[in-house]
Amino acid sequence: MDTLALQLLNGLDKGGAYALIALGLTLIFGTLGVVNFAHGALFMLGAFCAVTVQKLLTISVKVKDESITFFEAYKEVPYLETWFGETGTIIIDYSVPISILLAIPIMLIIGLVMERGLIQRFYKRTHAEQILVTFGLAIVIQELVKANFGANPIPTPAPDVVAGSANIGAWLGLGNTVVYPWWRLIYLAFAAVVIAGVFSFLQFTTFGMVVRAGMQDRETVGLLGIDIQRRFSIVFGLAAVVAGLAGVMYTPILPPDYHMGMDFLVLSFVVVVVGGMGSLGGAVAAGFLLGILQSFASMNEVKSILPGIDQIIIYLVAVVILLVRPRGLLGRKGVMEN
Amino acid sequence: MGILQVQDVNKSFGGLKALHNVNLDVEEGAVHAIIGPNGAGKSTLLNCFVGRLKPDTGSVMFDGTSLLGIAPHEINQAGVARVFQTPEIFGDLSLIENVMIPTLAKRDGAYTVNAWGRVDQAAEIREKAEHILDDVGLVEKREMHADSLSRGDKRRLELAMCLVQEPKLLLLDEPTAGMSRADTNNTIDLLKRIGERGITKIVIEHDMHVVFSLASKISVLAQGTVIAEGAPQDIKGDPRVQEAYLGGAHL
Amino acid sequence: MMSKITPQNDNVMMGLFALAILTMPIWLMPIGASYPDLMQKFAIFGIFAIGFNILFGLTGYLSFGHAAFLGVGSYTAVWSFKLLSMNVVPAVIFAVLVAGAFSFLIGFISLRRSGIYFSILTLAFAQMSYNLAYSVLTPITNGETGLQLAKSDPRIVDAMFVEVGAGIPSTNFFGIAMSGYSGFYFCAVLLIIGFYLSLRITRSPFGMMLKAIKSNQNRMSYTGLNTRPYALTAFVISGMYAGLAGSLLAVTDPLAGAERMQWTASGEVVLMTILGGVGTLLGPMLGAVIIKYFENIFSAFNESTLNNIFAFLPDGLQDVVVSVVGLFVGEGWHLTLGLLFMVIVIYLPGGLVEGAQRIRAYVLKKREKKSATSHQPQIAE
Repeated sequence: MDTLALQLLNGLDKGGAYALIALGLTLIFGTLGVVNFAHGALFMLGAFCAVTVQKLLTISVKVKDESITFFEAYKEVPYLETWFGETGTIIIDYSVPISILLAIPIMLIIGLVMERGLIQRFYKRTHAEQILVTFGLAIVIQELVKANFGANPIPTPAPDVVAGSANIGAWLGLGNTVVYPWWRLIYLAFAAVVIAGVFSFLQFTTFGMVVRAGMQDRETVGLLGIDIQRRFSIVFGLAAVVAGLAGVMYTPILPPDYHMGMDFLVLSFVVVVVGGMGSLGGAVAAGFLLGILQSFASMNEVKSILPGIDQIIIYLVAVVILLVRPRGLLGRKGVMEN
Repeated sequence: MGILQVQDVNKSFGGLKALHNVNLDVEEGAVHAIIGPNGAGKSTLLNCFVGRLKPDTGSVMFDGTSLLGIAPHEINQAGVARVFQTPEIFGDLSLIENVMIPTLAKRDGAYTVNAWGRVDQAAEIREKAEHILDDVGLVEKREMHADSLSRGDKRRLELAMCLVQEPKLLLLDEPTAGMSRADTNNTIDLLKRIGERGITKIVIEHDMHVVFSLASKISVLAQGTVIAEGAPQDIKGDPRVQEAYLGGAHL
Repeated sequence: MMSKITPQNDNVMMGLFALAILTMPIWLMPIGASYPDLMQKFAIFGIFAIGFNILFGLTGYLSFGHAAFLGVGSYTAVWSFKLLSMNVVPAVIFAVLVAGAFSFLIGFISLRRSGIYFSILTLAFAQMSYNLAYSVLTPITNGETGLQLAKSDPRIVDAMFVEVGAGIPSTNFFGIAMSGYSGFYFCAVLLIIGFYLSLRITRSPFGMMLKAIKSNQNRMSYTGLNTRPYALTAFVISGMYAGLAGSLLAVTDPLAGAERMQWTASGEVVLMTILGGVGTLLGPMLGAVIIKYFENIFSAFNESTLNNIFAFLPDGLQDVVVSVVGLFVGEGWHLTLGLLFMVIVIYLPGGLVEGAQRIRAYVLKKREKKSATSHQPQIAE
């Protein structure tokens, strides 16, 4: 029972990341008609926002280490600590939450620049060319990050306050059966909030209405004389922010490295296919579903019966879905069928 | 007994009933026109013949076998060819290739791997294709890319691609839509000429001039049902047809 | 290149191609690329790209998972060396067959969808193979270490005919060791055969059907053709080319690792094909040679060689230049590759072959204009 509950939480966590990336992919595909293979790179860039902020906050000065007396020793002390003492330490501790705030404008700008600089040239080109050019861009971003930050994963811990685990079992009166890291719970709540935010934005604003109409029928919306160009840019920016936020928040769970984007991208695309190309609800539902399935498949009890199932479960599900229901779980007819 | 028999075909999209108990009997060698106001269900009906749509109920029998539930390529192999409203051609291939492909499909069936022969040396197929292109007046352009043709020429090419297969039944979906008067007349002449080959044809058409110069029988479709059927001169005077056209379309 | 398609012209092209490949050791000398290791790579990746082009160039299906078949080919060949014989012939044959069977399975499922679905599915399958090769399939793939030969390998067939020697024997073609120039010529001959087959396929009725898939699948099925088995055949053929290329990698260096199956490797063959020219006969080969040549040059650079090159610059400037250039060479070769990818797709989607044709057309036009203007006065008289 307890392991099942834990795996469910793990799955929801992973699923949250998939859902957030898949949401952006679907949004971009549905409105702009562009297949963005660089979307994983945006997720990764979000994660490296957190790394950068942490690096900036911990820029250090060499000071003499007074605790060592028998020779001249130096230690590195962050400027923030030398300037503000305790407060400085706390600021550094909160580098991930701080980067969340910073990531929003940064990812928005990155998204807008990407759309204006590159993506907009490809609205009228074939899907194959869109895939190829964004694939190239993903490699470029990835290699630049590697050149800057190295190839190894960089730990970016969550604030101390939430570093421990929550005793969920005790809350529910089940004893110490389900103990789960705080940050992962926060991540889950965060993913839910972002998803809800995106959906209500699309549901309740005029802008969102136009975007939804555009996903139904792009040409007609264009004919209505609505300035599609500007909206396209904003949609792309929004999708970039969502992917970036997913990346920032994920850093305490998985220390970021330069190729994490591609790993998540492949799976997120499978999620989109399973959910149904062009369906936002499908992307979210399939994201969580596949996350949960993957985490159940990685339980030792399951692996002992079906070795390696954790590595391929998502692909297997995708294959079955495509064979049984080619349009995906919630896919609409006529999307990408020719 | 006609070559194509449609019995009690029904088709709805969501709540909308596109076809309601449609019956149709197309005689061999006939030029059977299906007319009707916009949204009457003409294209839906045609799509039911070629495997693009599957009717909810009813049967479509062609030459003694059912056309329902089999793939488009099987329907074509059975002898049904179709010209589309917007020409469906192999845009980035040459005209001669465009016609050679259906010729080979007719000769070799739905799937054959001939990876050793040479297209440029297949004299028999090439001659046949050139002959048909000559018939539709495109033989001079045979090495051009199909995309570079005018809309009227694309239609002729598509027609040639269907004719080269010597189908038993040819479906023409608005063969003169969007054409100039001169082009329309050319197409009528062409269709009349190929009429001499005895291919059964179903024509969907808006242009009454085209319908009355070609058709040997006319069915009138309105709101998903056949409201009148008969020889052109009978249809011309039928008050129900005028009602459907003038009343239905303009009110 | 624009000349008429006839068997005679094709034979001439074929002859020139074979001559160019076989004389590579001579004409590559001036650019320092005439050593066997590199020329083998040209030939092997040429085969890979030519096969990939049969799928992508003719049918338009963009596979992002062809590296999986390359990897399968390598593993199969190494297993053939381990179990049967160090003779390369069975290794190559088995690799092609196994890669063919594997691509049939993956193609059968992936081809149920087209367009970007297909690309994503192939990418997913390749990643799945890669993951499996690293984890559960370790008994077959030897995981991260990679599959290697060992002295204790049974080599059943060899054991029947030859005395077991002291060390690990080398791969051979009926006694001719597959190292150095003989290894290159073995690959070169297979490349020439592979190129000839792709030429025949392109010119054949089957090839015309594949082009029809790319052009208009709708019309194709209303023309009485079953599109899916055609596409699947093309997929399997290109998978077999990839398997052949993979086996040749093992022939020239008998080990196989999972990294050969990674998506970057799949991306590389896509890049080779589009760089040279998608759907052209010579383009993929050209792309493979260019990319492998520059990879070889660019990866060889490191900071000290760069410092030597830019030593003539003033100190401060030298540091800046070296650090900027350093991004693109050595470890950073992939960055160059990514940029090249973007530049080609944005500015020259038809690849170098199309670029050359455009330049040719431009020059011809200019010449025509010139002769036209020089003739004009005469007409005026």
